Amino acid sequence: MHKIGLIIRREYLTRVRKKSFIIMSLLGPILFGLVGVIPIWLASREGDEKVIEVLDESGYFRGKFEGTGSVSFSYLDNSLDDAKSDLNSNNSYGLLFIPKLDLDNPTGITFFAENNPSIEIQVSLERFLKNEIENIKLDQSGIDQEKLDKIKTDIDLNIINITDKGEKEGNVGVATAVGYIAAMLIYFFIFLYGVQTLRGVIEEKTSRIVEVIISSVKPFQLMMGKIIGIGAVGLTQLLLWVILTFVIYQGVLTFYDIDISKSKQIELAQNTDATPNADADMTEIFEKINTINFPLMLGTFLFYFLGAYLFYGSLFAAVGSAVDNDADAQQFQLPITLPLILSIVLLTAILRDPHGSLAFWASIIPFTSPVVMMMRMPFDPPVWHIVLSMISLVIGFIFTTWLAGRIYRIGILMHGAKVNYKILFKWLMMRN
Amino acid sequence: MNILTVENTYKAYGDFKALIDINLSIPEGSIFGLLGPNGAGKTTLIRIITQIIAADQGSIKINDEPLNIKHIQTIGYLPEERGLYKKMKVGEHLLYLAQLKGLSKKEAMEQIKIWFRKFDIAGWWGKKVEDLSKGMQQKIQFIITVLHKPKLIILDEPFSGFDPINVNIIKDEILNLAKEGNTIIFSTHRMESVEELCDHIVLINKAEIILEGSKKTIKEDYKTNTFEVEHKKLISELDDGFDLKNQEQLEDGFYRTSIKIVNGKSPNELLKTLIDKVEVHSFIEKIPSMNEIFISTVQGGDHA
Repeated sequence: MHKIGLIIRREYLTRVRKKSFIIMSLLGPILFGLVGVIPIWLASREGDEKVIEVLDESGYFRGKFEGTGSVSFSYLDNSLDDAKSDLNSNNSYGLLFIPKLDLDNPTGITFFAENNPSIEIQVSLERFLKNEIENIKLDQSGIDQEKLDKIKTDIDLNIINITDKGEKEGNVGVATAVGYIAAMLIYFFIFLYGVQTLRGVIEEKTSRIVEVIISSVKPFQLMMGKIIGIGAVGLTQLLLWVILTFVIYQGVLTFYDIDISKSKQIELAQNTDATPNADADMTEIFEKINTINFPLMLGTFLFYFLGAYLFYGSLFAAVGSAVDNDADAQQFQLPITLPLILSIVLLTAILRDPHGSLAFWASIIPFTSPVVMMMRMPFDPPVWHIVLSMISLVIGFIFTTWLAGRIYRIGILMHGAKVNYKILFKWLMMRN
Repeated sequence: MNILTVENTYKAYGDFKALIDINLSIPEGSIFGLLGPNGAGKTTLIRIITQIIAADQGSIKINDEPLNIKHIQTIGYLPEERGLYKKMKVGEHLLYLAQLKGLSKKEAMEQIKIWFRKFDIAGWWGKKVEDLSKGMQQKIQFIITVLHKPKLIILDEPFSGFDPINVNIIKDEILNLAKEGNTIIFSTHRMESVEELCDHIVLINKAEIILEGSKKTIKEDYKTNTFEVEHKKLISELDDGFDLKNQEQLEDGFYRTSIKIVNGKSPNELLKTLIDKVEVHSFIEKIPSMNEIFISTVQGGDHA
């Protein structure tokens, strides 16, 4: 309808033009981008050559340390005191001192450095020394390296999903991450924009513009126009975030010439099995990400995003119409926000059993279904679950919109009345 | 021709009866006063006419046509509780509300220009509403009410909160609009403006109409045949047929006296009697003010 269109347009434009919207749209992706980029950037910074000097009085470790791209080792022969005094001038990262060792009780190994070494380096040095001493001890007990290599076993569980379309590889970690992000985004947006709807209605009431407007349009049109207009603002913001985050992420990567696969290589040489396979690991992760059906994810995300917003947005609008200020809104907001918070709390349990009966019911009941279903989506729930959940959400938002409309038409004309649930119920039942 | 006819209209909120069997008709081109104490049902009646709420029973006709959605454009409504979007710019705000009333963007622009010129506020287009003074905002609200050239203009307490200068500006505009053939329903407690502007009135009390008609006839009906005389010297007694109601002393030996004529004597006979007794300086028939009529009928209704 033409008039709803006008209302949607106003609600949309006044919000999109606001400084706060523009700032949020720009800051959001910069924050998201930074969260993604900083670890990679930090990791790549460690790619600056670090030299660790090794003074080995025991003689067990000479030549055993293997450098990686970012860490190399050099072996010293002078005395500990000389080595320590040289440390300041020769720019090395630190000095690893290994005294003559009693293999049964290897004490006195010390790392000298100007600053504390990174936890990663400390852990890898410790692990390396431990492994090496174990190897020597095993060797001394008569087990040779060949046998040792045979004993060591590496397990990587393959997960295959059996579907109608045949078998396909799955990955719990990636699915969890994707589900979480989608579920949290929906939760976050319902809150952010639901409350905006509530504020918008209260603003119309307190500024007393509402009676002028509803002498031109039906209260229901005004309510729907507002809900849809603000929903469109939410979609726009989301879209801007996705696009800008991607652009910034790519931009930073290109600018610093960072190869994502390198970020995994901060392990030291001791992990002899992992290092050559790091690239292969990354490829594997990318392959697993690709097993997620992204068009389907995106489609369902948009559906649940809009469905959830319509479902909750109209309830927020009804609350806004019943009260005169934000403070009064609190008591009526609680029953709306409770199921939302519950759905976030449920996520852990859903993850433990993404196809169990709790997961099923929580993804069918429209109060929790948007958040919960997004968590389940990467785990390939049966199609009929998705369809049933969608139908129930549509019925749900038609119902809440109807309910909200009945409260709204009376609420917006009430000023200064103390409203409680009994009165809300009376409004609901009142004839037009 | 009546622009608005209200027949047997009834409305209740739960147990509370807001309007009981309301019948009234408003002639086209009149300035119609809708009077009544707070809570009498005026706003409910207006909200029914403006289709904000629906009546439980009865029929409303505009130009002999049952009330319907297209009448939104026929009616301009300035509610008592009124406001604007504070963050919007004046021009966009006017454009938005005019379009909601059904004007095209082009028509709306033309009308806005006309009113901007009329009120000499051409520079306000880009100003934010919140930067306007209260008086300025009220002018904008008035423009919003009449922008779409409604034939029936409903003003609920239009002068509340206006400063005297703005009251006069708006009053002149109301009279202009009436002169152009528009009908104005004017809901208020301010009896002096009713006295000044309205030609017809209806008085609602406790959900019912207790008085209706043209201002002139109502005043005729409420005349008590009382005359007010200013004179020198005290009047101590009067002939039969003249009832001395009240006498007060003014300065320099002048008195003002109210005298009611009973049993069919004429004003001239009263004057003759008075001339014999005192020196008459003024002689005028006491016409009840709308205020007096309002108070006496509402209170009379209370006692009944």
